[in-house]
Amino acid sequence: MAELFQTRNTGHTIGRVIVYGLLVLVCFYYLMPLFVMVTTSLKSLDEIRAGNLLSLPQDPNLDAWGKAWSSACTGVQCEGLAGFFWNSVSFVVPAVLISTLIGAVNGYVLTMWRFRGSDLLFGLLMIGCFIPFQVVLLPMARTLGAMGIANSTAGLVFVHVVYGLAFTTLFFRNYYVTIPDELVKAAKIDGAGFWLIFRRIILPLSAPIIVVSIIWQFTQVWNDFLFGVVFSSGERQPITVALNNLVNTSTGVKEYNVDMAAAIIAALPTLFVYVVAGKYFVRGLTAGAVKG
Amino acid sequence: MGALSIRDVRKSYQGTEILKGINLEIEKGELLILVGPSGCGKSTLLSMIAGLDTVTSGEIRIGDRVVNNLSPKDRDIAMVFQSYALYPSMTVRENISFGLEIRKVGKAEQQKIVERVAHTLQIGHLLDRKPSQLSGGQRQRVAMGRAIARDPSLFLFDEPLSNLDAKLRVEMRVEIKQLHQRMGTTIVYVTHDQIEAMTLGDKIAVMKAGEVQQFGTPQQIYDNPANLFVAGFMGSPSMNFIPARVEAMGSGHGVRLESGANTYVFPAVSANGKLKSWEGKEVVFGIRPEQITHKVESGLVGEHMATATMPISLTEPTGPDTLVLVPVNGREVTCRVHPAHARAPGENMDLMFDLSKAVYFDPASELRIA
Ligand SMILES: Nc1ncnc2c1ncn2[C@@H]1O[C@H](COP(=O)(O)OP(=O)(O)OP(=O)(O)O)[C@@H](O)[C@H]1O
Ligand SMILES: [Mg+2]
Repeated sequence: MAELFQTRNTGHTIGRVIVYGLLVLVCFYYLMPLFVMVTTSLKSLDEIRAGNLLSLPQDPNLDAWGKAWSSACTGVQCEGLAGFFWNSVSFVVPAVLISTLIGAVNGYVLTMWRFRGSDLLFGLLMIGCFIPFQVVLLPMARTLGAMGIANSTAGLVFVHVVYGLAFTTLFFRNYYVTIPDELVKAAKIDGAGFWLIFRRIILPLSAPIIVVSIIWQFTQVWNDFLFGVVFSSGERQPITVALNNLVNTSTGVKEYNVDMAAAIIAALPTLFVYVVAGKYFVRGLTAGAVKG
Repeated sequence: MGALSIRDVRKSYQGTEILKGINLEIEKGELLILVGPSGCGKSTLLSMIAGLDTVTSGEIRIGDRVVNNLSPKDRDIAMVFQSYALYPSMTVRENISFGLEIRKVGKAEQQKIVERVAHTLQIGHLLDRKPSQLSGGQRQRVAMGRAIARDPSLFLFDEPLSNLDAKLRVEMRVEIKQLHQRMGTTIVYVTHDQIEAMTLGDKIAVMKAGEVQQFGTPQQIYDNPANLFVAGFMGSPSMNFIPARVEAMGSGHGVRLESGANTYVFPAVSANGKLKSWEGKEVVFGIRPEQITHKVESGLVGEHMATATMPISLTEPTGPDTLVLVPVNGREVTCRVHPAHARAPGENMDLMFDLSKAVYFDPASELRIA
């Protein structure tokens, strides 16, 4: 008996070692580039040219960050990323909120207010998850033109809302099927209508899945490049496009420190959202039935 | 005009008929039990009374209004669900007052009602808790509180006690009965527990496969079951069904029973001559366990009492009674005898059959003959 325990424990320990070893390795693999980026962005150009990639900066300074933010050249103009950063914020925030809200309502209807063909509709919506960006570019361009919102913030919001809907609907519908429909029945008998039930009963239960939807959508929309480059131009472009321009603008020397700082600036918001809400993300993805 | 009347209500889902013409009517203040095996359509019928589902055809009236096309909120009903369906994000107080708030009852009035309901159900100390912080029995009370707060003209209960443990279930059953007597409300109560049905109901509708098999008072249903299904469903342990041949016997008829080495013909005293056309054929002879007991010497013997000596194959002591199993016509028949008189398996026992309440069924149609 004792031996049995022994062997099981040893097996257990070896397993642990392997698991943790792998995790550390993967962590290292992912964090290495970040480390190089951060240190490089804090070095001066001379130091970069002279030193090695992995060494710590001798005289850390934020000059490169300042330049990336406000004076680096992105094509013909040299005003840094600042303007583009706020461009991104200005369409990402509404796009994320609107697509999450509509996804919630869709999920609510598809689970609690089923109608003839609602399962078919859901199935069709899911196809939207598998359509590559490239496929919708042309039709979307025509649609935006017809709606008169081509090349505008509103247009970009619209594109991202439409494209994100399939995902947000999927999230909310799969979350809401775990909520017993007797809850809605009870509320109907209490006299509540469609919106009141949604607001007072369903939404208060939705925090975990709202977080999932927001993180997902924020990451998708903020990081998007293709829609940004196609459906906006000039000074309305999102930060991802500006970053690309900044890195590709060749005026003499390649300023690696500025490039790195710019790349980090472009990535910071998604990092921030994940750090703030990440634990809810995991919780929301694994959330089971709602205990009543 | 009844408090609730259901006329020829049918319901189909995608061509399958789930309810096949239900007719029921109860008076104000009555408690109607819908009882039947799982899947017979009890919840479906209740949903349609509540307005959560539409009828395919037929008519439902609450009071003097046809409610077919009214939404749940306009039907003046309240419902208690099997899972209680308390709103998880609201406190007990908010759960109870939610319906009042929607109906624009004033804040002060809401407060008063919540207090009264909490007092009635003894949940005053729970008002500020969330449902997740309550025990099963407490949730059950809150769910009832939510229902009575609005003081509707009709209450609907869908198996409200089936998630409770046995002891609590008995307690709550008594409490629901008291509540019903005190408030005099009209209630439709779904259960598949025949004891709940017998103890609570003013009227019982026994359902099977989307049809009402029998509708009547508990005693009518117990004493005069309309068919084999109802007879077997109500009562625990359930009625004995013994296939037996009808034979002429004096001026009337009797049923032939074989047990061990003995053969008896018991007079069908309760049949009133209705077995005449069955002479020589087999019927199902139905007799409840409590109508077969140990032989007592004194008084009781009359035409409707028959005695027999039968070998015991098994005994099951329940405490107040001992159930004794004896073979009759190839079936194990359950008898309910006083523990002091029960004999051991393998021995013979003198038993006395009270034939005045015996019933007879057609084995093919399963309908009652007499
Ligand atoms: N929405 C629906 N679509 C198709 N069939 C349904 C639907 N709802 C119920 N049914 C069917 O109707 C029948 C009756 O269901 P119902 O829920 O009324 O049974 P019940 O008597 O309440 O059973 P239980 O005691 O298990 O609660 C079942 O066979 C069920 O499969
Ligand atoms: Mg049911």
